[in-house]
Amino acid sequence: MIELEGLTKRFGSKIAVDHLSFQVRPGIVTGFLGPNGAGKSTTMRMMLDLDHATSGTVRIDGKHYRELEEPLKYIGALLDAKAMHGGRSAYNNLLCLAQSNRIPSSRVDEVLDMVGLTAVAKKKSKGFSLGMGQRLGIASALLGDPEILMFDEPVNGLDPEGIHWIRNLMKALASEGRTIFVSSHLMSEMALTADHLIVIGQGKLLADTSMADFIQENSRSYTRLRSPQQERLRDVLHEGGFTPVETAGGVLEVDDATTEELGELAARHQVVLHELSPQRASLEEAFMQMTAGSVEYHAHSERDPAAEPPAVGAGWGENWKKPAGTDSTDGTDGKGA
Amino acid sequence: MTSPATPQDREQAPGAGLLSFYESPIPIRPATLGDAVASEWTKLRSVRATVWTLGVMVVLMLTIGLGTALLVAANDGNLAGEPSLALGFFGVVLGSICVITLGVLTIGSEYGTGMIRTTLTACPSRARVLAAKAIVFFSLTFVVTTVTAAVVAGSQTLILDGAPASAGEWLLSTVGIGLYIAALGLLSLGIGAIVRHSAGAITIMIGVVLLPLVLAPFMFAQDLRGLQRFLIEYSIPNQLGALYGATITESGPSGWEPLMLMLGLAALALGGAVAVLNRRDV
Repeated sequence: MIELEGLTKRFGSKIAVDHLSFQVRPGIVTGFLGPNGAGKSTTMRMMLDLDHATSGTVRIDGKHYRELEEPLKYIGALLDAKAMHGGRSAYNNLLCLAQSNRIPSSRVDEVLDMVGLTAVAKKKSKGFSLGMGQRLGIASALLGDPEILMFDEPVNGLDPEGIHWIRNLMKALASEGRTIFVSSHLMSEMALTADHLIVIGQGKLLADTSMADFIQENSRSYTRLRSPQQERLRDVLHEGGFTPVETAGGVLEVDDATTEELGELAARHQVVLHELSPQRASLEEAFMQMTAGSVEYHAHSERDPAAEPPAVGAGWGENWKKPAGTDSTDGTDGKGA
Repeated sequence: MTSPATPQDREQAPGAGLLSFYESPIPIRPATLGDAVASEWTKLRSVRATVWTLGVMVVLMLTIGLGTALLVAANDGNLAGEPSLALGFFGVVLGSICVITLGVLTIGSEYGTGMIRTTLTACPSRARVLAAKAIVFFSLTFVVTTVTAAVVAGSQTLILDGAPASAGEWLLSTVGIGLYIAALGLLSLGIGAIVRHSAGAITIMIGVVLLPLVLAPFMFAQDLRGLQRFLIEYSIPNQLGALYGATITESGPSGWEPLMLMLGLAALALGGAVAVLNRRDV
């Protein structure tokens, strides 16, 4: 169990983490989500007492990090994969950590085996690929067989096999009753692993909800319609009691309707359809809308007219992840807003 | 090997067993300085820098020490009543640069690689981490320097006919030198922890060793005489000379005084490092 209370971190006049209060409960995977620069890593560093909080507290099983007697046996953390001495072998990197917490050296072999690095245990870790480095970092987190595990962006730079492995590992660890706290800036990744979600933006708590609730509230399903007789189709839809929304490229989107209803309606009025497809807004989009106002590093597209209003979802990650089935090549897709 | 073997009997539906804490089979007990020392020893012995720096120092001390002795012997070997031990001085001055480098790297490489974050998560007490590093580093350099200095002193005495050295002089030019060089290394470790940058800290320390003797000759002004004298007398090479009983000047530190001075400086630097590390974000 990790408890944060009013955790705040200032760097000069800039507030990186702003009165964060939440709990990370055991037995489940808690996802910690936020765009780049939202304060995720700073929060995690404060949990481990690497950075001092300006105010507020973090308690791990009721204790401050510095009061933990052998911290690796309470909490294991993967902060960044390269936090090892490259000139040292994987085995020795883990051995020196084990010794400082009186963990038997046989455990070093065990965790190396667990992450699949036994074959390269005696190799210098600077020759490791990103994926191997990540595995070594995870091995160091597992070293003390801790009740709490913290992973900062664990899937960064991993190949599909590695990503799959980490997902299963986290689920397996949680099912043993451990507390798993994992940060990511990818909603799609979290949707597959996390049971509970904590979303922050510019250091502030935006959501603290279960994954199921988040999906329920945020995944909008709608139907996409395209027709050469667009005006007529719109009238027909209005008459049929639907409220179509026009988006870029003359596409109409209709909420709360099945493709059957709409297709039959169009057929009755003899409207030609070029497209009739069910769509589901991705969680990624819901997440982006939630954090849109608090994105720190905007990429400015040159095509954006200066007068464009700050539309929801614009800016961070715009257009890079569209709903499945969208084949529009038009870059000014307006996300159905 | 896509997932670790996990005991299936403990498995529960995610989200259902919220109150079932995981119990680790590894017992927990307060970690001690001894554990940290064991950890730091593993770190020091498992990097190439340790072998390189100390190896180069041993080679420098041996070749320069023995070379000087052989050179003097070839040129009639008359030391005019001076003890032959003092010939070890040249090798030690150069060797000190190696110890400075290793001292800085002991902590600097942790900052350079990011290992420091891992180290401090495993052992959150900054004071304990620094103390363990200091103990391990000091012991290793003290033993290596003392043994090498003793070998050099012994060989020089065999090769040359100098004035017989007293037991006190022997002690100073072996154990004394070992302690002094190890303390100089501790000072470097402290500076390295404060500066957090290996190249920067090494440059600072080489400046500390060499600058006083480089600057002093340029102080022609009468007003600067006092400062000039101080710089020469308390320069690190002159303090090393004092341990060998062969100083540039007549006054200044003598006997065990240089060692006390250097130990005091090292303690100050390490104390400062602990204070800074406690206050600073990693």
